[in-house]
Amino acid sequence: MADRTDPPFPAPARVAVRRTYKLYLGGAFPRSESGRSYPVTSSRGVHLANAAQASRKDARDAVVAARKAFPGWSGRTAYNRGQILYRVAEMMEGRRAQFAEETAAAEGVSRAGAERLVSAAIDRWVYYAGWADKIGQVLGGANQVSGPFFNHSEPEPTGVVGVIAPAGSPLLGLVSVLAPVITSGNTAVLVASECAPLPAVTLAEALATSDLPAGVVNILTGRLGELAPPLAGHADVNALDLTGAGDPGSELASELEESAATTLKRVLRPGLHDDWTVADPGVSRIRSFMEIKTVWHPVGV
Amino acid sequence: MTEEIFEYAPAPESRSTVSIRPSYDLFVDGEFVEAKSDERIVTINPADEEPLSEVAVASEADVDRAFTAARRAFERVWSPLPGAERGKYLFRIARIIQERARELAVLESLDNGKPIKETRDVDLPLVAAHFFYHAGWADKLAHAGLGPSPRPLGVAAQVIPWNFPLLMLAWKVAPALATGNTVVLKPAETTPLTALAFAEICQEAGLPPGVVNIVTGAGDTGRAVVAHPDADKVAFTGSTEVGREIARAVAGTGRRLSLELGGKGANIVYDDAAIDQAVEGIVSGIFFNQGHVCCAGSRLLVQESIAEELLAKLRARIERLRLGDPLDKNTDIGAINSAAQLARIRELVAVGEAEGVSGWSPACLIPERGFWFPPTVFTGVTQAHRVAREEIFGPVLSVLTFRTPEEAVAKANNTPYGLSAGVWTEKGSRMLWTASRLRAGVVWSNTFNMFDPASPFGGYKESGYGREGGRHGLEAYLG
Amino acid sequence: MPDTVPGSLRAYLHGLPGVDEVGVHRRAADLATRSIKTTAKRRAIDLAIRMVDLTTLEGADTPGKVRALAGKAMRPDPADPTTPAVAALCVYPDMVPVAAQALSGSGVGLASVATGFPAGRTSPEVKLADTRMAVAAGATEIDMVIDRGAFLSGDYRKVFDEIAAVKEACGETHLKVILETGELVSYDNVRRASWLAMHAGADFIKTSTGKVTPAATLPVTLVMLEAVRDYLAATGRRVGVKPAGGIRTTKDAMRYLVLVKEVAGESWLDPAWFRLGASTLLNDLLMQRTKLNTGHYAGPDYYTID
Repeated sequence: MADRTDPPFPAPARVAVRRTYKLYLGGAFPRSESGRSYPVTSSRGVHLANAAQASRKDARDAVVAARKAFPGWSGRTAYNRGQILYRVAEMMEGRRAQFAEETAAAEGVSRAGAERLVSAAIDRWVYYAGWADKIGQVLGGANQVSGPFFNHSEPEPTGVVGVIAPAGSPLLGLVSVLAPVITSGNTAVLVASECAPLPAVTLAEALATSDLPAGVVNILTGRLGELAPPLAGHADVNALDLTGAGDPGSELASELEESAATTLKRVLRPGLHDDWTVADPGVSRIRSFMEIKTVWHPVGV
Repeated sequence: MTEEIFEYAPAPESRSTVSIRPSYDLFVDGEFVEAKSDERIVTINPADEEPLSEVAVASEADVDRAFTAARRAFERVWSPLPGAERGKYLFRIARIIQERARELAVLESLDNGKPIKETRDVDLPLVAAHFFYHAGWADKLAHAGLGPSPRPLGVAAQVIPWNFPLLMLAWKVAPALATGNTVVLKPAETTPLTALAFAEICQEAGLPPGVVNIVTGAGDTGRAVVAHPDADKVAFTGSTEVGREIARAVAGTGRRLSLELGGKGANIVYDDAAIDQAVEGIVSGIFFNQGHVCCAGSRLLVQESIAEELLAKLRARIERLRLGDPLDKNTDIGAINSAAQLARIRELVAVGEAEGVSGWSPACLIPERGFWFPPTVFTGVTQAHRVAREEIFGPVLSVLTFRTPEEAVAKANNTPYGLSAGVWTEKGSRMLWTASRLRAGVVWSNTFNMFDPASPFGGYKESGYGREGGRHGLEAYLG
Repeated sequence: MPDTVPGSLRAYLHGLPGVDEVGVHRRAADLATRSIKTTAKRRAIDLAIRMVDLTTLEGADTPGKVRALAGKAMRPDPADPTTPAVAALCVYPDMVPVAAQALSGSGVGLASVATGFPAGRTSPEVKLADTRMAVAAGATEIDMVIDRGAFLSGDYRKVFDEIAAVKEACGETHLKVILETGELVSYDNVRRASWLAMHAGADFIKTSTGKVTPAATLPVTLVMLEAVRDYLAATGRRVGVKPAGGIRTTKDAMRYLVLVKEVAGESWLDPAWFRLGASTLLNDLLMQRTKLNTGHYAGPDYYTID
């Protein structure tokens, strides 16, 4: 080898290995069972990648995965859930550049603006990580009933939550709706922004490496009109976050709410102008997906 | 022989405290006003089928008038009023209810069929307590954990059921008023009288006109109330079927909605339970208010190792229940509220028998007139039987057994409902383990069917959403 | 020979189902709302009179006082010969000879407290001698106290053996065992002590000496009635119950009768199986009886105060 000569031609520029953007179901990264994908472009119309176009069956599988994960996730200590959510923030920090690039392309913001959005998104995970073991005290408490009883209310996660992520804020908005759902112990089936799904897939890759148990978060990319109705009508989905389903009272949001009524799902309606950059979003999103359980116990010797 | 020595003589509560008008109009804008339609509903005493009075049927136009009054009262009087002043009206109402408690208890027993013992000792004290409790909240809403300056929603459309007529009114009206909302309320068609007496109490309390409006009628009136475009908030207690309809109707309107619906509560008795108190809890769980209770413990889940002993004690205890005249102070089980409800109970019991589960009832004398159903226990029930799945809303208990705590919890949760559950054990850690796994909004441990205005009440899953009572109940009326 | 208790006493007694205090109070309060009117009240008053153990247990008791009370026991209302006699007269052991003579041939029972009543803090020999003396002097019923100190320290065997020994000393004489529930405090203890006493041979279990507060209460009596009911089902032997102390009014007495009827059952509604240990109760029962018969409220001056 010592007398090895240079190659006869100059080395070509290295060909990058491109990512395949897949679904995140039950902790795995499958393609859509339908075999479909759809092109994703930047806000300026430049082709970025093909994303998996999930089907109704993928939505169904996602609900199964979320239901399976629910007892374990809700049964963990709140402290442990908080640690795992914090770990998600750590994993995101490690992928800053990728998130920033995708956010800039998706939202058409400057690199610096994208960096700020990524920082805010990471900070949001940290924010909700901290809520995991405090929400019980804030929303629960002892009730002074008139009798010899210890009466206590505490919030519990409602179960499987279908989340329609906001279309226009594919990373910060996405994190802002997802983290409050899972911090309390719910599991989620999330439909990513239809036009800008790539940050959601990157987030899935961060989630997959952050000790989050399989199935706690399931992410579907594809057509909102195809994926949201089966979630709204699914009897094993306990609640719906319609944030990304259009303006309040939009046709889609109304249809989904009506469909959700069949099994009396809890529904968080779309807000009018959600401002995702607010530093302290409060507990209202967490509270929307929790049930208050009240336990009575006699006090006597 | 000893039977003769000490058999309770009739001890009827006097009807003389109650004066029922032959006919009632609608209560709108502080006054009783004639309905636009001539249609009337006759309300009868379910214990003897005698008519008590007739009430107006509110049409859409009447409902519209009520909303106009409620909106005006909300904007001009009630929401601008300082919380402390609002609270004083609620305190007044609470006091008047206490003063007129006996009258209202008798009236409720007459119109509903429930025993005077319950209206006197449970319903009315709780009604007064609800107004007292919420009166105190009116000027403290900023401390309810819902932000520094929570705002009332506006006009609340409220539809309530017939099982606890005045108590359900209190659960709806007291928090709505304390938080600064005004209301249009529709009582159930078979039990409108105490709501109309409450209208008089509002007048007596000097409550500003339009703050509380009461429109009587049946399903059409109810639909007009919950679908009214000027409602900012819809609150409903009743069946899951109707709740679904309302949720569909409200979808897309942006109106806030809270629903308190049906249930199929499991009462889990472990082998180490305080067995005599468990028997009491089972009895009050299913036979309280003739089983017309959404949170009734209608499924008894008993550990196999004590099933025989427990059931023997339970049967002996049920044999002591006294069924009959609701106004007799010693009556434990009164009349079924209506012919329709009696038919529904009979239908489901017939289904149970056809499915081969064995039913047992104590020997008890059923009065000739009125609507009655004896306390009934179905044994040998499995989760596959309809009597174990469907809400019967009557004095019918289904008994299932289990072997391990895991099995108990799995069976308890194996229902689309999630309102209430009971757990009986003398072991604290097992109680907490079980309570934390039950998917139900209210868990009674070593007790059952206890209620308190400070204690949030409401369901998981298809038992509805939102809470009533306590700090948590305020959220349903604040934005 | 009393029933034998299987296995270790402690394991057995602690294996009895627990009692939830709040639940017991709730059930007792619910039963207390039963309304006893007209014919039911009339019958219940006479039944209650027949169940009274008319009691005087004072340091100041004298033969005169005991004779007077015996007269009252036999003829509670001299103005109305239809008034039944009470079940028994209850006195200290040294008063038994006087009482026996006064009651002779009347059919009214003679109960003597014994075993170092009320504290029971004396030697086993003295307790047995106390019992034998009362029996020999003509007592038809013995009201003994259990050793609460031994019970609370967990020495159930000692309590059991003592009851069994007293039972033997009683011979044919009826034995009532006073649990002194006010000192046992918890209903779990009341249930255990009830079963312990029944297994050791008690013919009656009795709540209290009357010297400790609280004495008889509705909830404690309810728990004891459950015990005798379940003991009958388990062993076939019926044991009686006697609440004592603090029962003063006709309303109180009615509530106890309701409890007996609805908890243990009608078959206990008999002076052979249920007694009311009381002193002032009797006059209130008599006043209410007169009210029912005449339609007018009575005054205390019309009733003897012995």
